[in-house]
Amino acid sequence: MIHTLYKLLSGPMMWLAVILFCAGTLYRLWTIFRLVRRKEKFICSYLSLRYSLRSLVHWLTPFASLNMRLNPVMTVVSFAFHICLLFVPLFLLAHIVLWEQAWGIHWWALPDLVADIMSLVVPAACIYFAIRRIRKPEVRYVTGVGDYLLLGLIALPFVTGFYCRMQWPGYGPVMLVHMFSGQVLLATLPFTRLSHMVLMWFTRSYMGSEFGAVRHARDY
Amino acid sequence: MAEPAEKTPLESIPLAEPATALPVADAGIEAGVQALTPRTIADTVRRVLGAETGARLKAYLSTCTHCGLCAQACHFYLSNAHDPSYAPIGKIKHTLWELLKRKGQVSPEFIRQASLIAYTQCNMCRRCAIYCPLGIDVAYMISVVRRICRALGVTPLYLQDTVNSHSATHNQMWVKADEWVDTLQWQEEDARDEIPELRIPLEKEGADIMYSIIAPEPKFQAGLIYKAAVIMHVAGVDWTMPARPGWDNSDMAMYSGDYDIMGRIKRFHFDTAARLRVKKIVMGECGHAFRSVYDTGNRWLGWRMPPIETQHAIDFYYDLLTSGRIKVARKYEEPVTLHDPCNIVRGYGLHEKARYVVNALCEHFVEMTPNREYNYCCGAGGGVINCGPPYKQTRMRGNSVKARQLEATGVKVLIAPCHNCHSGLEDISQHYHLGLEVKFLADIMYEVMEK
Ligand code: SF4
Ligand code: SF4
Repeated sequence: MIHTLYKLLSGPMMWLAVILFCAGTLYRLWTIFRLVRRKEKFICSYLSLRYSLRSLVHWLTPFASLNMRLNPVMTVVSFAFHICLLFVPLFLLAHIVLWEQAWGIHWWALPDLVADIMSLVVPAACIYFAIRRIRKPEVRYVTGVGDYLLLGLIALPFVTGFYCRMQWPGYGPVMLVHMFSGQVLLATLPFTRLSHMVLMWFTRSYMGSEFGAVRHARDY
Repeated sequence: MAEPAEKTPLESIPLAEPATALPVADAGIEAGVQALTPRTIADTVRRVLGAETGARLKAYLSTCTHCGLCAQACHFYLSNAHDPSYAPIGKIKHTLWELLKRKGQVSPEFIRQASLIAYTQCNMCRRCAIYCPLGIDVAYMISVVRRICRALGVTPLYLQDTVNSHSATHNQMWVKADEWVDTLQWQEEDARDEIPELRIPLEKEGADIMYSIIAPEPKFQAGLIYKAAVIMHVAGVDWTMPARPGWDNSDMAMYSGDYDIMGRIKRFHFDTAARLRVKKIVMGECGHAFRSVYDTGNRWLGWRMPPIETQHAIDFYYDLLTSGRIKVARKYEEPVTLHDPCNIVRGYGLHEKARYVVNALCEHFVEMTPNREYNYCCGAGGGVINCGPPYKQTRMRGNSVKARQLEATGVKVLIAPCHNCHSGLEDISQHYHLGLEVKFLADIMYEVMEK
């Protein structure tokens, strides 16, 4: 039973998740660009490469914006969270081995200890975000159930992945949860708030261009 | 005793009561709400959101991670004891989120609250825009809410009255055509007592500069026209002012959400400059008017940038001082501080030029903190002060953070190179017993220049 499920999750379900992720991302981009073309063409005429980059660089460099300096803990946690979230799935040796078995491709892998720590950073950051949502009135005020669910959904594959890596008792079924939760996260990503991963490049660039090229002021 | 006995120590200023709890009687909003039906609301919301919004709104609403990091940007939030309903995203929660979630199926009462939030609890100052990590523009979203409220006829009475005036007279203050010319001639006459050969050239075709101002100047502050005339005369500028409508560069329609009227009056202003065949427009010390000419109105009309070169007074004074056309006889001695107006600093980056001008004119300049792009809004702009007396307390309670910022400078002369800021800061100074003298740059320039 477990074996069949494993086969299903590592084969067709994985493909399905990747396809949904790619298709979803393309769909989101397509709908946004269609709206720009139909209704807000002017946006393109204000976009400036220089100021888009200025804005992106300032917001992707720790402490390069005023708000990051005002919230140092949040800044450190956010950066650690985002970096680990992106790096661990792609550069984990256990994942790379699977890809090598499947397609014969492989690339550089994170050292084990680093990977272990990084996998734990993600759920730890999720706990921090959850506490922040509860404790800070201005955040609690705009937080819905979905925001907590999302944190859980992000933490789950990392927690279960770590569990399996440690080969703790009963890690076999946990592996299934790990795979399934990771796939759900990937497949739904374009349709949740996590789509900021895709759209943020455009909102930031537009704000950066307006502030830089039109308003001659800093937006960071 | 040096200080008035009733002076309130700032720390004891009551902050907690939300402004929405204040009893506000506004006949404009009242009448608008009375006329609403669920059907008109739903249709109008759908129409405005469907026809006028697109990728921006969609991207902003779907990427916002509800992180609340924009809260600390907003003076309303900071001043109302960190009440989260005043945080930028808190205001969106009570307006756009609901409107979208319920597809416009909201009650007239909801629209009343949305109107109060959009018109009187957000100055559209864009300070939160530089706080949001994702580049989300809350001020833009508030402008969408205003647009919906305006389309539903739920606008504060005073604000709507200025828009009606724009529509009927092409100026904001119901200044009649003959009053306008009379005022200019009166100021010219007064100024000629000081400089006999001074003129305020009216309707001079082909002049280098058309000088345009906002209607409150002829209405309440005619002395500013006098001072501008002296500056122009001494600098030897080839300038003119229109004698016919088109002289007012202000724009309350931009803030009420009456974009058709905004477009009309902006076009009229540009057309007037074209009719006079001037090389450029110089505008008086007003921030919102500059936003309308440079950012909002021109775009509504389809011009990426203003069709005629347009300069704000600070920029113009900077040129006059750097080119030596205005020389300073003796610098202003008292210590001064400078308020960076949102619409020309976050809106046009004039902060360094403003500092150059202040330092050129004044002996002793003290920065307030935060400053430049990070300055706190005056709380008056964005049309909020134009919503009139019913909302004065909302403004005052909503900006104790500004009062604290001003008091911390220890300076008694405050330069505010913007009309809305000027009036708003005078109110703040009075309300919090700061005893500030609020000045325009022109006031100081006139006082210290070689004539
Ligand atoms: S008043 Fe300024 S900071 Fe506050 S929500 Fe409006 S635009 Fe943002
Ligand atoms: S800072 Fe930006 S992303 Fe965060 S709640 Fe405010 S608008 Fe949303």
